[in-house]
Amino acid sequence: MTDLAERAARGTPAGIARAVRGLSDRAIAWLFITPTMVLLLGINLFPLVWTVRLSFTSYRANRPNAPIRWVGIDNYLQVLGDPDVWAAMQTTAHFLFWTILLQTLIGYALAWLVDRRFKGHGLWTTVILIPMMLSPAVVGNFWTFLYQPQIGLWNRAIEFVTGTPASSFTMIGSVRLAPWAIVNVDTWMWTPYVMLICLAGLRSIPAHLYEAAEVDGASRFRQFWTITVPLSLPFVMLAVLFRGIENFKMFDMVNLLTNGGPGSTTELASITLKREAFEKWRTGYSSAFAIVLFVTVFGLANVYVKALNRVKSR
Amino acid sequence: MSIRKFVVVLSLACAFALPAPASAQAKKITLCWAAWDPANALVELSKDFTARTGVQMAFEFVPWTSFADRFLNELNSKGQLCDLIIGDSQWIGGAAENGHYVKLNDFFDKNGIKMSDFEPATVTGYSEWPKKTPNYWALPAMGDAIGWTYRKDWFARPEIRAEYKKKTGRELAPPKTYAELKEIAEFFQGRVIDGKKVYGAYIYTERGSEGITMGVTNVLYDWGFEYDDPKKPYRMEGFVNSPEAVAGLEFYKALYKCCTAPGLTNAYMSEGLDAFKSGQVAMQMNFFAFFPGLYKDPNVGGDKIGFFANPAQKKQFTQLGGQGISVVSYSKHREEALQYLKWFAQPDVQKKWWALGGYSCHKAVLGDPSFPKSAPFAQDFLTSMGMVKDFWAEPSYAQLLLSMQKRVHDYVVADKGTAKEALDALVQDWTKVFKDDGKL
Amino acid sequence: MDPDDRAGSVMEARPWAKRIAAVIVVTYALVSMVPLAWIFATAFKSGTDSIAYPPKILFRPSPEGFCNLFTTRSRQPEEYIRSLPPTTDPCDANARANNMVIAGPSNFVPRFLNSLVVAFGSTALSVLLGVTAAYAFSRFRVPAKDDLLFFILSTRMMPPIAVAIPIYLMYRELGLSDTRLGLVLLYTAVNVSLAVWLLKGFIDEIPREYEEAALVDGYTRLQAIRKVVLPQAATGIVATAIFCLIFAWNEYAFAVLLTSGHAQTAPPFIPIIIGEGGQDWPAVAAGTTLFLVPILVFTVMLRKNLLRGITFGAVRK
Repeated sequence: MTDLAERAARGTPAGIARAVRGLSDRAIAWLFITPTMVLLLGINLFPLVWTVRLSFTSYRANRPNAPIRWVGIDNYLQVLGDPDVWAAMQTTAHFLFWTILLQTLIGYALAWLVDRRFKGHGLWTTVILIPMMLSPAVVGNFWTFLYQPQIGLWNRAIEFVTGTPASSFTMIGSVRLAPWAIVNVDTWMWTPYVMLICLAGLRSIPAHLYEAAEVDGASRFRQFWTITVPLSLPFVMLAVLFRGIENFKMFDMVNLLTNGGPGSTTELASITLKREAFEKWRTGYSSAFAIVLFVTVFGLANVYVKALNRVKSR
Repeated sequence: MSIRKFVVVLSLACAFALPAPASAQAKKITLCWAAWDPANALVELSKDFTARTGVQMAFEFVPWTSFADRFLNELNSKGQLCDLIIGDSQWIGGAAENGHYVKLNDFFDKNGIKMSDFEPATVTGYSEWPKKTPNYWALPAMGDAIGWTYRKDWFARPEIRAEYKKKTGRELAPPKTYAELKEIAEFFQGRVIDGKKVYGAYIYTERGSEGITMGVTNVLYDWGFEYDDPKKPYRMEGFVNSPEAVAGLEFYKALYKCCTAPGLTNAYMSEGLDAFKSGQVAMQMNFFAFFPGLYKDPNVGGDKIGFFANPAQKKQFTQLGGQGISVVSYSKHREEALQYLKWFAQPDVQKKWWALGGYSCHKAVLGDPSFPKSAPFAQDFLTSMGMVKDFWAEPSYAQLLLSMQKRVHDYVVADKGTAKEALDALVQDWTKVFKDDGKL
Repeated sequence: MDPDDRAGSVMEARPWAKRIAAVIVVTYALVSMVPLAWIFATAFKSGTDSIAYPPKILFRPSPEGFCNLFTTRSRQPEEYIRSLPPTTDPCDANARANNMVIAGPSNFVPRFLNSLVVAFGSTALSVLLGVTAAYAFSRFRVPAKDDLLFFILSTRMMPPIAVAIPIYLMYRELGLSDTRLGLVLLYTAVNVSLAVWLLKGFIDEIPREYEEAALVDGYTRLQAIRKVVLPQAATGIVATAIFCLIFAWNEYAFAVLLTSGHAQTAPPFIPIIIGEGGQDWPAVAAGTTLFLVPILVFTVMLRKNLLRGITFGAVRK
């Protein structure tokens, strides 16, 4: 890379090089921030504004030639009054709650165990990280293979461990089990992520605090609750925030694993949104839905970040 | 970071990201279809086109479960990937009204292609919009309908025949009615054959695209379901949710619960092929398109496989499948694409199409006296094509379809509510769609 | 004191605690690897073995998965197959055994290349923009800094499907549909928020005094950045790059909605590889395995940076 840089640098006209070198701080600040802002404005803010505008119309993207009708807040009323939308939000909430709970508990536990620094902990940490490097869509797809009652590994493994026959239950086909099937796969994929952040939290606690506590005669158990947990709490909360935002938006993995089925028992908000926007092509309606989702997560995140900042400053 | 590195990184990223320069102007057209057996046959057949005209063919095939999503997206974004598209029969309305397909009437007239040379059911189903008017947007390419396969070898075993006769008093034979089909399915459900547990029937239950609808309509039509009042279009109350339709939907659920393999809660065409080929089921519902491949299968083909048309109940219908081939209006190679249509419409090409495994819609093939004997499923195919019924082909068909997918899957697979509630909700959904469209 | 170095301090865990911890962690690691190991094995199974019922743990390896991944095949009549000259290519032989003939290459390689271009391109761009913007936010007085930073974070909160609706319309108008540039811009826009936040944290950790000293010594600001800040932030930059790369490499929703034949990446392609009936599981497994390799190599090579980068990261503040 350096060699390439050198060669490219030699190719840079001297005039530009000289001019750029002498930039003032102010100019540099502008130069550094503007591209990012322009990109975000173009690809995030402008489309958001456009979405808001679309949400007040009856526009359908598959009929670009039809006249656009202004319908006011009609779409919003429809969205908020639609029982299917509420069902999707409930399904999303269930998914969020259980995945965050499980991933936080298991992730924190793993991080604490890894922090005991047994021999080879670095290697095994890396192995644990592998599931999160996969594409969620590809994961959703191959877990349909693993969850197949006849030819898949999961049911056979359960049969091996608990004795319930493999073809007597089906994870992604059963109304009762499908929501747990998606929680299971997501936990498998993302617990390493939470573990990583919790590990950072644990490592950030200065050793002298423990030493002082040891000198004071505090038991390890007590040290855990008075030092470890409070000081790593900001990190845990951050992990929860990131996972929460990601899982609220979850689409790929669940769509490929269950398609929202059976019926609509695993139809998350994003899947409903995709159906409305890109299969039924009700662009105006789905824009309103998108705004509702955005406002929800924005509001919740806002509240949460304030709490997080309070915890950090303690 | 120094300016040097900035420049290098940025130019590298941009250089790679910018679209590659257009390749040389070799005449090439792209045909888009679903990825299944007949598509492979078409690739083979198209070599003849290239030989005759010198135009190269490229193909873009996508599995059925993503087919509508991907190509409707493509058409709606005015994509130029496809020059020719073999779109689903239900897309005709939307494609015609939104300007995605090229209207073919003039082209047909100039080139002597007559719609009267093709089976009327296929012309109405795959080419016309509005229906029953002489406005053509596609050339009928692939005739298809739902049919059934069964394990002829199991049906032939003496011990099985004897037991069936003892249990029901009838001979074991391909069912003529759905009542018989359910009886046979119950008989085979859970039976151990050749050391493995097998199941009675395979029916469609797919949630995402169109699977369960394509399955349930075969039963609903037979029970008396109608899409709307024949005298008053779009009036659905009492026709979609008539007591007969409710009974039909209940039957489909009963069949699903009693007599199918476990775990198939989101199953469409390919899962059916897997289930049948791996010896899990006695009878399989699937499209005729797959029957040539199944007949040649080393495990279950040849003498082991038999076919029958969709059984009757009060009436006898079967769900129409099949597609027509259209020219995409955004294509840059319209002339060559039209040439392909002209070539494809010729009787000798149509005959070769059938020989390779594609279901021609041309009268020269279907009307030929040797056709019924040309394959074990040919007669059933002819019978079926004579009793087809199709789903809505309106421009808003996607909403109508997705609504039916949800209501039916919720009831049949997810055990939500009753059949009457499902169909009532469906009428409400569809009424709303038609109101939005201005049809009601 | 380097937090990594606790050897000999009173804080070292007791030997039996270490052993128990090791057992639990290793068990978890192995159990969580089982699904992947199964997929890896499936890549080497023949089609029939992969859908064997009950599932086969011992099997004869077959090149079918990888062959099917890279080729398209068409069914031919037996006489034609018999008439072909003998072949030494294992993929050819495999196809013929199933009454098929190789018709040409599949779309896997183009899709994989698209993934490489789009993922690495957008990562490079995100890191570039992220470093520069993070530095500016960290060192300079920018008006409405906190608001801007929250705005940047909030761009991550829209579900991708929601963002896709107007982007789809916008790209249609601009002709960016189904282009790699379009996808690169989009991924960069999504990643830059994470990049700015993470990198600001890292850069905040670096004491200003070092740059001040360099400036006093006569370096320009840009030279100071290059000589002082970047080397210190290197681990943070690497960690950020890894996260950005993982996102861009594995992204599916935008790729499937906004690209088609030309610019499509691998994630939309792998789950739809079907064989002669159902999904071609050996080929899907082969695709999954190959697709994992670049990320795995990248992350393993840089894993020390990953852990240390997180330790000193934005989370610290």
